[in-house]
Amino acid sequence: MPNDYLLSLPILAAAGWSVLLIILEAMLSRAALTRVFAMLGFALVGGLSVIGFPLQGLAFSEMLRIGGFQHFANIIFCLSGLLVVALSEKYLDDENVHYGEYYIVAFISVVGMMLLAAAANMAILFIGLEMMSIALYVLAGLMRRDVRSNEAAMKYFLLGAFASGLLLYGISLIYGATGELALHKIAIAIQTGSASMLFWIGFGLLITGFLFKISAVPFHQWTPDVYDGSPTPAAAFMSTGAKAAAFSALIVVVTNFSTLLQNSPTWSLVISSIALATMVVGNIAALAQENLKRMLAYSSVAHAGYMLVGIAAATPDGYSGIMFYTLVYTLMNIGAFGVVALLESKENLLLASDYAGLFKHRPMLAGAMAVFMLSLAGVPPLGGFIGKYKVFAAAVDAKLTWLALAGVLASAVSAYYYLRVVYFMFMRDPVGEAISAPATSSLAFALIAVAVVLLGVFPTEILRITDAALKFAQLPTQTGF
Amino acid sequence: MHESIFLAVLFPLVGFLLNALFSSMKFIKSGESGKEFFVGAFSTLMIVLPFVIAVGVFFELQSLPASEQKFVVNVYEWFKAGAMTVGVSYQLDSLSVLMMLVVTGVGSLIHLYSIGYMHGDEGFARFFSYLNLFIFAMLNLVLADNMALMFLGWEGVGLCSYFLIGFWYDRKFEGVGIETTTDAANKAFMLNRVGDFAMLGAMFLIFQKIGSLTFESILSQLSAFDQTHLFWMALLVFIGCTGKSAQIPLFTWLPDAMAGPTPVSALIHAATMVTSGIYLIARLSPLFMLAPDVMNLVAIIGAATAIIAASIAVVQNDIKKILAYSTVSQLGYMFLALGVGATTAAMFHLVTHAFFKACLFLGSGSVIHALHEEQDVRQMGGLQKVMPSTGTTFLIGAIALSGFPLTAGFFSKDELLAKTFASGNVALYAVGIVTAALTAFYSMRAYALTFLGDARWAHDKHPHESGATMTIPLWILAALSLIGGVIGLPAVIQEHNWIHGWLSRSQIVEKEMTMAHSTEWILLALSSAVAIGGLGFAYSIYTKKQTAAASQNGFYNLLLNKYYIDELYNALFVKPMRFVSEKILPTLDAALINGVLNGVGTSFISIARSLKIWQSGVAQNYALAIIAGLVAILSYLMLKQP
Amino acid sequence: MQLELNHYLWLSAFMFTVGVVGVLVRRNAIVIFMCIELMLNAVNLSFIAFSHFMRDIQGQLMVFFVMTVAAAEAAVGLAIVIALFRNKQTVNIDEINILKG
Repeated sequence: MPNDYLLSLPILAAAGWSVLLIILEAMLSRAALTRVFAMLGFALVGGLSVIGFPLQGLAFSEMLRIGGFQHFANIIFCLSGLLVVALSEKYLDDENVHYGEYYIVAFISVVGMMLLAAAANMAILFIGLEMMSIALYVLAGLMRRDVRSNEAAMKYFLLGAFASGLLLYGISLIYGATGELALHKIAIAIQTGSASMLFWIGFGLLITGFLFKISAVPFHQWTPDVYDGSPTPAAAFMSTGAKAAAFSALIVVVTNFSTLLQNSPTWSLVISSIALATMVVGNIAALAQENLKRMLAYSSVAHAGYMLVGIAAATPDGYSGIMFYTLVYTLMNIGAFGVVALLESKENLLLASDYAGLFKHRPMLAGAMAVFMLSLAGVPPLGGFIGKYKVFAAAVDAKLTWLALAGVLASAVSAYYYLRVVYFMFMRDPVGEAISAPATSSLAFALIAVAVVLLGVFPTEILRITDAALKFAQLPTQTGF
Repeated sequence: MHESIFLAVLFPLVGFLLNALFSSMKFIKSGESGKEFFVGAFSTLMIVLPFVIAVGVFFELQSLPASEQKFVVNVYEWFKAGAMTVGVSYQLDSLSVLMMLVVTGVGSLIHLYSIGYMHGDEGFARFFSYLNLFIFAMLNLVLADNMALMFLGWEGVGLCSYFLIGFWYDRKFEGVGIETTTDAANKAFMLNRVGDFAMLGAMFLIFQKIGSLTFESILSQLSAFDQTHLFWMALLVFIGCTGKSAQIPLFTWLPDAMAGPTPVSALIHAATMVTSGIYLIARLSPLFMLAPDVMNLVAIIGAATAIIAASIAVVQNDIKKILAYSTVSQLGYMFLALGVGATTAAMFHLVTHAFFKACLFLGSGSVIHALHEEQDVRQMGGLQKVMPSTGTTFLIGAIALSGFPLTAGFFSKDELLAKTFASGNVALYAVGIVTAALTAFYSMRAYALTFLGDARWAHDKHPHESGATMTIPLWILAALSLIGGVIGLPAVIQEHNWIHGWLSRSQIVEKEMTMAHSTEWILLALSSAVAIGGLGFAYSIYTKKQTAAASQNGFYNLLLNKYYIDELYNALFVKPMRFVSEKILPTLDAALINGVLNGVGTSFISIARSLKIWQSGVAQNYALAIIAGLVAILSYLMLKQP
Repeated sequence: MQLELNHYLWLSAFMFTVGVVGVLVRRNAIVIFMCIELMLNAVNLSFIAFSHFMRDIQGQLMVFFVMTVAAAEAAVGLAIVIALFRNKQTVNIDEINILKG
């Protein structure tokens, strides 16, 4: 029994820490202090996950499954939380919404993400998902006097709750079809008896819920509106941490049902077509966006498409590619959103052309932004390239060459809108005033950019870890994928 | 020595990073010569060190028996995904070491030169950071043992070229269908993308067939490819090379690339980057030999590019444009040689061309500098007296370019033309020899208009000789342009010349061609006659014109003849070539860039605009899309599941 | 007539559909939110029905979680609606469309 606590120590610590944060804020109500403690908490939980990396097993009456995969995912969530919190302060101050709740809610959201990734039971899956999502609705509406933020929160909330309803109905039908809520027991049930129609309907609903969260086409339409209206750091958080969490849960579900899904050409076709549509629509829609925040939102849709290619491949290589991808994506996307947040102010409209001549004023910041943009475009030897390459190679190995080719073409299109930002920063003269921002933040972005470069130049070690992490994710009762 | 090859690649990278840091810290306040010299000398050192290593590896290779002369140094495994493992590993054989010597050798000289040339520019450190990054990418390109890493370098040099063409992005620049420096950079970028896609396609075909991208396994498994495969692979690689090496139809970006600072034109757009297509085809020559149709295409495109570009060069008035079209033309020669199977001759010309073209460009830079950014040869003249070093070195470069007997350009061009003749393509040879005449003509025209005759520059300008950091590289390059030919003496003088022996140790192959010595002597004599004739003709026109005009009454007949020559020249060249370069090329470019590339872009953007309508902003419409997607998924799953 | 599992399931499916259609056609954000609640409760009904007929406790356990989550969702949702109403004086969903394109 103590083993349960040891296994789930990061989650327990995170939950405990969120309570501590609430007490701290209630007693002292000092946002800056809460911020520091939130960052400490993320570092602590991330550290616990690093230390506990080799531990694996089921905990608390088979409710939680912990393994390398979950630990890796936890590290990504904490990294996302840490970076977002670290980069939010100036933005929140500028917008006059520097409340301590922001950090608490973000922390609670991370607890939800961790539960989501560690779910071995549909009940935990649902609770984790809702814990994450409800916290995000609050973050979206944080600027409560700003009608755009209100609208974003409203749309996110209504559509999110709607999608949760669909997902929940799916869980219910799967429960009815198999009599089980634990994922691995459902897997056994559908292996012994063949999967009924009821199960497939339930599975379709469940997957729809996940596809909504990762903003796959045609369930993506909330994404640009919500990211546009939300506080920019919150949008960064949604597009990285929340997306990584939804992908982790999706991987857990599809690996549990792998024996069923691998023999199903129908499923493979469904998920490949969605991946294709997501890549195409995301990239093309981003072309017409002048507003950088919306452009990044559509780009986040497109990146969900690339990651879905790994799900479509349905091989350990593909999943490992997704894990690597989420890590790189977390860094480069928070970097990009962070630069946007830093330069954003009430007056400027966040158009790509507002970045004209940034290189002259802030060479380091412009350099870091260029790295993020090039990495998002998948230019070698940056991290984004390796992530993309890994999932596309997995698709080719899984005889989905057409999908990989479509992905390559789609990302060629994407180069246009990413490079446009670089072009404005480097090849145009500045218009208007120099942008004011603290010099220290440039250094933070430079560090993130260095990490993105290093992930691209020396990916082998991390890829080894993601490969190994997937082996840990397998169940004791299950043999192979 | 070969174990430390990664250091050779690392030094320029370190140089880039530190220079980028200097640049972002604004280390150099405007025009602080001391700090400028420090940054420049440091950057130059970062290129000289790889040159030293290259020399070391060169001697190490030479000391080994001919059969073992190849090192593959695995630095580390970059990534492994699916069936493909990509390693950062460098291949050192006679071909790559030769390229490395040229890149780092000429590169060091041009770095040194840039210290003087860029003096006082506010982007001094930025300039050197790009330049170092370029050398880093170029070394990866020529040393890579696999096509993936090679392509990375290929893209890297393209990116550096883009940034360096647009280095002075706020300046105006008149070019083929463009107006600003940034336009020139964008044009180069877009035309190169066309080639890059072809290159990616070639790599994909290769990988699909043999599951590996290392040159070693490609060349050892050539039998795995069938004829169709070989044709498409070779064709796609060649299309890729036409982009980077500025051949028809993708050559118009190179003259516009002259918008960049002159050292950039010398280094990237004459000596190194634009020759990477020739290097790559030489590297893959065993593959190309098996695709004779593509080889013929390479030869024809090369010859056509050579003569068209040379004809345009004859009528240009911008000194850098003359040299740029000349570069396109000389690259055409190299492709001609590759196409007829004379791989070594192509590489030989690559090396000598790097010497004399770098010398010419740096010389033109020195002139432009002295005349405060004046590039029009009609506004120059009489500079030989004022700038003796620049003038003399420019003359040496010009006669080497025209193939004046016993200069470097003479031997390489002669070998290339002789091989073309020996391969039986007399028509291509004829094109080549006419091009040689044109080359000699425009070389002397450029020299005479710039350095001889009356001074036509404004009186308030006081041109003077450039400083030592600029003239030393000029003299070294001039010396190499004079004597560089010894590495490849023709067979009538030395049966097995050095560069043949050296390159035969790598995997490159070429067609066996034999020729009687008497024929070769005749061809040599013909080349010499054409070169001297062209030089003399241009000299007579462009120097005597002034004096003839001055003494109209006395030499009536001469004047009359002169008049006919001018008319003829006008009708034959000036008018048609002006028409080509001012009307046809912009139209072609517009068709390619606006029609194809922008057309694709515009259509994508209009699709994107129409997608915006679907994003109505009303949450319920989004919910409807969700339900529609759900219904589609469920109905498909239910229809297909048993 | 004996009530079978199927009866409950059809009722639940019917309620769920009513909820979905309500979300798609109603204009008032509060009503839409109520329709979502209806969807959740339809699911709860199916959970209980499965649980009862399969003699398995897990389904009922799930219902409690769903109710708790729904309560939390209602708290946040109503707060968002109030904040929006304060700024915009409307909760009609088709008038809330500044963010688009």
